Amino acid sequence: MPSLKDLKNRIESVKSTRKITKAMQMVAAAKLRRAQDAAEQARPYTERFNAVMAGLASSVGGSDSAPKLLTGTGSDQTHLLVVMTAERGLCGGFNANIAKLAKQKADELVKAGKTVKIITVGKKGRDNMRRGYGDYFVAHVDLSEVKRVGYTNAQDIAKDILGRFDAGEFDVATIFYSRFESVISQVPTALQVIPASFGDSEDEGASTLYDYEPSEEAILADLLPRGVATQIFAALLENGASEQGARMSAMDNATRNAGDMIDKLTIEFNRSRQAVITNELIEIISGAEAL
Amino acid sequence: MADTLQFDLVSPERKLASVQAREVQIPGADGDLTAMADHAPTITTLRPGVLRVVHSGGSDDYVVSGGFAEITAKGVSVLAEKAMPSAEVTQDVYDAMVADAREALDKAKETFKNESGPVDDAAKLLSDMVAMGGHIGLTARS
Repeated sequence: MPSLKDLKNRIESVKSTRKITKAMQMVAAAKLRRAQDAAEQARPYTERFNAVMAGLASSVGGSDSAPKLLTGTGSDQTHLLVVMTAERGLCGGFNANIAKLAKQKADELVKAGKTVKIITVGKKGRDNMRRGYGDYFVAHVDLSEVKRVGYTNAQDIAKDILGRFDAGEFDVATIFYSRFESVISQVPTALQVIPASFGDSEDEGASTLYDYEPSEEAILADLLPRGVATQIFAALLENGASEQGARMSAMDNATRNAGDMIDKLTIEFNRSRQAVITNELIEIISGAEAL
Repeated sequence: MADTLQFDLVSPERKLASVQAREVQIPGADGDLTAMADHAPTITTLRPGVLRVVHSGGSDDYVVSGGFAEITAKGVSVLAEKAMPSAEVTQDVYDAMVADAREALDKAKETFKNESGPVDDAAKLLSDMVAMGGHIGLTARS
């Protein structure tokens, strides 16, 4: 049985833990709002872009002159996995879930005899995957100095990836990130960016016949690299919102657990204080009776 | 006939404008073009330049770089990689943009020694940037 002083200390320490988790939750909530806002702002661009690209891709895609970024290199031997995670922990299963999905994919590919290369974005994913998958790492992107993810960050990552593609280092690129559904639900997602795929948003593009200036091919060649950057940017933003959402609910849980623990410890504390008092009374009474 | 068209200008980071415009002057890759209501559907890539929107309340200028414009009979949407109201482009911002273009040119010269295509592209980008400065009253420092 712990002494009264021990119990008191424990209650104090749990209380200060609760204060910290509560503060983290509120910070995450504020950041989440900002991150969601940023994702919201970027959505029109991404949607329009993909719609136009889908139209272009469907009209040019069949021809032989179509760019490699769209049709692929003709093989799928080497896969590049771009694993995007957070720079910080304490956000529940957020980082682990993304890493798990990427690991599954990597295992599958290795089993099928493919070559796997991994680029990590964000420190936590790197730490998580280092054991067992460290040999596949080819690069790491550090965003810990970045306060607000901007389009330039996405452009830098895209430039790196495209440079490797041009150098023939890989055939297929897939990005891993977490899609933001709600505060309590973030879905780890794999999205293939090279060769490019632009969903099924053709219904609008197909109905209008556009004049292209310069030619269709030239526009496509110009826009495809930008498409990679756009998709990475969208993924980064979704990831940012997901991270804050995950952290918020994780910290909410932690705060509640700390509260429960304090209640339990307080009851225990009161009980043992009462026991001490009772003991003292018994001693006094029995002392008086003995006289 | 409708005499206005819906104009949207979006960059990856934010939506800059969404207004009913009378005409939109776009710096297309193959030359400037002005879109008015009932323009033939066109998609054109952009070169760095000044985009002007004329609407009932006057006109707005935006500096755009990279991306494309989608013109339909009812509206124009411009998706620019970099876009900002030209009033926000100070000498510092402009210098940074020109410096980027210069760097890209140097890099292209280095990487593609035997091909002229990418070098020419980068050189054109730089000269477009410099020309754009003239339009908004800024000069490139060398």
